[in-house]
Order: sequence, then structure tokens, then C-alpha cells
Amino acid sequence: MKGKIIGTICLLAFFAMIYSCQSDASIEYSRYYSAGAVVYHDHCRNCHGDKGEGLNGLIPPLTDTAFLKSNKAKLAYQLKNGLKDKITVGAKAFDGTMPASGLSPIEMAQVITYVTNSFGNKQGVVTGDEVETALKECN
Amino acid sequence: MRKLIGGLVLVMVFAACKSNTAKVLPIYGNRSAETKTVNGQQVTDTVYQTVPAFQFVNQYGDSVGSKNLQDKIYVADFFFTSCPSICPGMQRNMLTVYNAFKDTADVKIISFTIDPKHDTATVLKKYADKLGVSGNSWWFLNGDKDKVYELATKSYLVGVTQDSTAAGGYVHQGYFVLIDKEKRVRGSYDGTDPKQVDQLIADIKTLKAEPISK
Repeated sequence: MKGKIIGTICLLAFFAMIYSCQSDASIEYSRYYSAGAVVYHDHCRNCHGDKGEGLNGLIPPLTDTAFLKSNKAKLAYQLKNGLKDKITVGAKAFDGTMPASGLSPIEMAQVITYVTNSFGNKQGVVTGDEVETALKECN
Repeated sequence: MRKLIGGLVLVMVFAACKSNTAKVLPIYGNRSAETKTVNGQQVTDTVYQTVPAFQFVNQYGDSVGSKNLQDKIYVADFFFTSCPSICPGMQRNMLTVYNAFKDTADVKIISFTIDPKHDTATVLKKYADKLGVSGNSWWFLNGDKDKVYELATKSYLVGVTQDSTAAGGYVHQGYFVLIDKEKRVRGSYDGTDPKQVDQLIADIKTLKAEPISK
């Protein structure tokens, strides 16, 4: 009986060790993703919706994976300066205005990571350094 | 012990009965007593605050107003089409109300723009189209700015002000205001909170079932 209990504890400890042994990359991803969820809730959710569904013809959804992928380099710039041009998302044209977000580069990286890995998207982490570089290139 | 349980059951039964009585919505705003003579007898009546008459232009360019809202229950809110803050969330929730009552003749939705200079009938029509709103159950009204602001703050009890330092240039509260067939305010709900909007939908049904007091 005693042996069984010790055995179980050892087994649990072993699994806990494996579990905690995530790679640095996945820890970084989780950190960006969870911080991004908070930024999204405070700055984006009201217009783009809880599930990134947008609002009919007024506000584009964030569920168009192809759009996000092909515009990934521009996302930070659009967050920084807002958006006035006509865009086509999910085969629908949108010509409204998105205000400048007022977010810091690190917050942009977090929220881009969150959005591009939520609502049916799975595109990996975008770091603060990547955002800084993207912003410099656009300027 | 058995007596105690028996008593408890009795109390619970009564409590359950009480919650079955129909819910009556409160009547908001100032009220006064008015004494008049009816058939030679002095009768005192309570006079409630009502929304005064107004005449504005809707998204189709038609001149409409309180006359068209006679004997209708309606929900009012204040917004502007270029609003970068709470409006999209509010109108998303208002769409839920619209979808619940768009085929009900005596329930309407009125969205007053607080930026009438920009939000002309053409702009409002485009906005309604994009939102997916058609027909006449939801009107977007453009009216004289001072009149709209006075209606908002004094009659619908919703705060609105122009403020160049605010995002979008205006500050406004996101309340959905429920008005009964006698033009009285019967409820006020946070239009950004889906739970309160569900309550609004339930309260509209309660109000529809209410007998007219006149």
C-alpha cells in the first residue's frame, strides 16, 4: 500500500516535471497571448466583438486568416496609425475608419499575437522586436 | 421538528406564489398631482413626466417624429456614425433588440445622432444598410442639435455633450431608454452590456402585456 502511494507520487512528480519543461518559445508565446487577450478586451473587443466577428458591413471580422497572413507586416502600422483606406476582408469591402490605437509596440505585439492565434487563426507569436522593426520599415 | 418543516414548506409555497404576480415596470422622471373636476367631482390624478413632441428626419429622408410614435413602445439611444468608442458595441446589442421585434408593429427603435452636421440622412442610410437594418422598425434620426441634446438630457435622462478632447469629439452615455405608449420613461439599460439588453427585451414583453391606464 505504502509503495503504491509513493509510486503514484513519483509518477505525478515526473509528469509535472515534463509539463513544466516547456520550451522557451512556447512560454514566450503564452506570455504574449495572455497579455494580448487583456489588450484585446480593453481596446478592440467593443468594435470587433467577443469572437472577432466584427459588425456586419460596418466593422470587419478578424476571422479571415488569409487576410491576416498576407497583411501581417502591415498590422502594427495599422494599429499605430489607424485605417482609412478601403479594405476587403472575407470577400466583403469595408470603407470605415479605424482610429489609431494608442498602444505601445509591446502591446501591439501582444494583441497581434492574440488575434492571429484566436478566432480560428493559428499563426504563432509576433514579438515586440518584430513590431518595432515593422514600424521602422513602414515609416 | 415535523411542525417546523411543515411551516417552512408553507412559507416557501407562499413565497413562490408571490413571485408569480405580474411584474410592473417603474415610471421614471418627475411627477406631480393634478386636481381636475370630472362630472362635478374633484379628482386628483398623478401626472407623469413625458417625452415632448419632436419632428426630425429619418434615414430615408422622411420627416418623422413623436406623432409616428403615438401608441408605440420604443427604445431610444444616442450615437453618432463616426463614433470610435462605445457605439459599435451598443448598436451590436441593439441589433439583438431589432431582430427580436422587427416584425412587431407596435415596437420601434429610435437612434438619435448627436452629430447631426456629419450624420445626414444619406450617411445614416448608408450606416443602416451596413448594419443590416431595413424597413421602418428602426429609425436613425437627424435633428436640430440643441433640440436633440435637450431631449437626451431632460427627457430620456441620458448625458450627452460635445467635447473636442474626447475620442470622436463627443461624450455620451450608452443607455437604451424604454418608452411606453404614453411617452413615459419605463426603463434604462446599459446598451454595452448584453445581459442588461436581455432584460430590456424581457421588459418590452412585460410592457406590451400592460393594460393602458387611460
